[in-house]
Amino acid sequence: MEMRQVLAAELEKLMAQNENIVLIDADLSKPNGLAGLKSKFLERAMDIGISEQNMACIAAGMSSYGMIPFISTFTPFATRRICDQIAVSCAYAKQNVKIIGTDPGISAEFNGGTHMSMEDIGVLRSIPEIVVFEPVDNNQLKKALPQIVDYYGVVYIRAFRKETPDVFDESCDFDLFKALKIKDGEDLSIFCSGLMVHETLLADKELKSQGINAEIINIHTIKPIDRTAIIESAKKTGVVLTVENHNIIGGLKSAVCEVLMEEFPVPLRAIGINDKFGQVGKMPYLKEQYNMRAEDIVNKALEVLNLKCK
Amino acid sequence: MDFAQKCNKIRQMILKTIGNLGVGHIGGSLSIVELLVVLYDKYMNVNPKDPNMVGRDRLIVSKGHSGPAVYSILCSKGYFPEDWLLTLNKPGTNLPSHCDMNKTPGVDMTTGSLGQGFSCAMGVAKASKIKNDGATIYTIIGDGESQEGQIWEAAMFASQQKLDNVIAFTDYNKMQLDGPIEEICNITPLDDKWRAFGWNVIVVKDGNNCEEIDAAITLAKFSEKPSMIILNTIKGKGISFAEKAGAGNHSMQITPEMMAQGLAELRGEA
Ligand SMILES: Cc1ncc(C[n+]2csc(CCOP(=O)(O)OP(=O)(O)O)c2C)c(N)n1
Ligand SMILES: [Mg+2]
Repeated sequence: MEMRQVLAAELEKLMAQNENIVLIDADLSKPNGLAGLKSKFLERAMDIGISEQNMACIAAGMSSYGMIPFISTFTPFATRRICDQIAVSCAYAKQNVKIIGTDPGISAEFNGGTHMSMEDIGVLRSIPEIVVFEPVDNNQLKKALPQIVDYYGVVYIRAFRKETPDVFDESCDFDLFKALKIKDGEDLSIFCSGLMVHETLLADKELKSQGINAEIINIHTIKPIDRTAIIESAKKTGVVLTVENHNIIGGLKSAVCEVLMEEFPVPLRAIGINDKFGQVGKMPYLKEQYNMRAEDIVNKALEVLNLKCK
Repeated sequence: MDFAQKCNKIRQMILKTIGNLGVGHIGGSLSIVELLVVLYDKYMNVNPKDPNMVGRDRLIVSKGHSGPAVYSILCSKGYFPEDWLLTLNKPGTNLPSHCDMNKTPGVDMTTGSLGQGFSCAMGVAKASKIKNDGATIYTIIGDGESQEGQIWEAAMFASQQKLDNVIAFTDYNKMQLDGPIEEICNITPLDDKWRAFGWNVIVVKDGNNCEEIDAAITLAKFSEKPSMIILNTIKGKGISFAEKAGAGNHSMQITPEMMAQGLAELRGEA
């Protein structure tokens, strides 16, 4: 199933249970899979047209009235385009606005550079009190949404739109604020997020065949980050690789470095977009362009293992 | 070739450009074909051999997803060879979905985040005034795009600054991505809005008619205010499967069969 279908189905359930939830789109309800909700919730699901700044503040106003607004658009328009509106009307005003941004990083594919947000996590992570969450797969998104509704405050959901390989199954335990260990290991720690978790697991097969046992931890919530999980793993393995679909400035790598430099500095390398703008292309091509393939992860892992204090 | 033949040729180029890739923004590309043909055939003071010529007229297509239409007209004018059109969105292309001034010769501004190109156009027009180079700045916005607040910030700037060198167009095709404009966020009365913002407004009844567009631009040239020419167009104009798809033609899949059928139709063979 596509992630947007899961998003729509779960939002529908939540909106049926909780009549304070509202959904606002800005002329991307079809691409985001949410168009169908308009006929199901005539008053509470609306498409307000191409006006994202307006959307963020309308949501803040509704929140001040006790509602729980979800706003939805593509990641660049959900973050950098409306940064001040989110910072002031939503976050600083302490409103309960949930932001859905789709097509993160290279997943914007043919929409190209103008639509490819490599910086959205960095933008929102530097505003106080905003929770930044990036689901790995459908199951994780499903388990996160009710927790996001229960949590009071601004939450950014950095969602993929299309089909994603399952990484987790239905039974998997999930706490929005706790990192998720996918695999125990002792040779190095790999912290990964979103789309890149699957790629990391592919890389892990190759690492295993070379006798390297990596510990793999999914950082789905990049802010507030699970400091304990990061420190414990780094202490155990002594060397770290981060893997993300985002600029390595401002995103997961930065967040992990901020923790480790203070608490337990170890050698670290990163896979992600190396301070470059986006471009048009399909994902396999873009992964190659930005060195984000499983084989790139393997090579970086070997590189950072060499730096390990013996 | 007369206007009608040229428009037909540009439509074929657009269809091939998008059809070769299999998907793209065909609706909003087809609705501005007549406008682009009239502008480049009769009005734009530009030089394809010197795309960055100082003092040239400029066209800023703020609805940047109409790239395939812009590429087709630029190609027909000789800015780049025709085989470039087959590279739309392919690895390393100079023709991405959305207009990019650093990639495509003849493209005057990078656009794609709706609303921004229009403000950029006002900046270009102000700069041209300061340099006193006599250029005319043309710009095209979408009717859906007109919902962005930034459009109206730029509108006030232009009338305050008396930018009579601006001739803007609204591609009033009554459709945005999710559906009909009036069902999502109505923008009527559009002409009164622009008038209230201090612009000279000309409404073109059939915005897919070259002669009507031509007459409107001639008229706008005499204005002492910035001009907004509202073109009543049809999204997907001129290719029956695209027109029929309605809101579905914003960005659509185009199979080889559809492309063949559309080309036959345009060549009068269907
Ligand atoms: C700021 C921004 N928000 C959303 C989008 C996504 N988007 C691209 S085209 C489009 C619809 C545009 O409608 P309109 O301006 O009427 O263009 P046209 O009908 O001519 O294609 C949308 C919502 C965008 N490119 N930029
Ligand atoms: Mg339109």
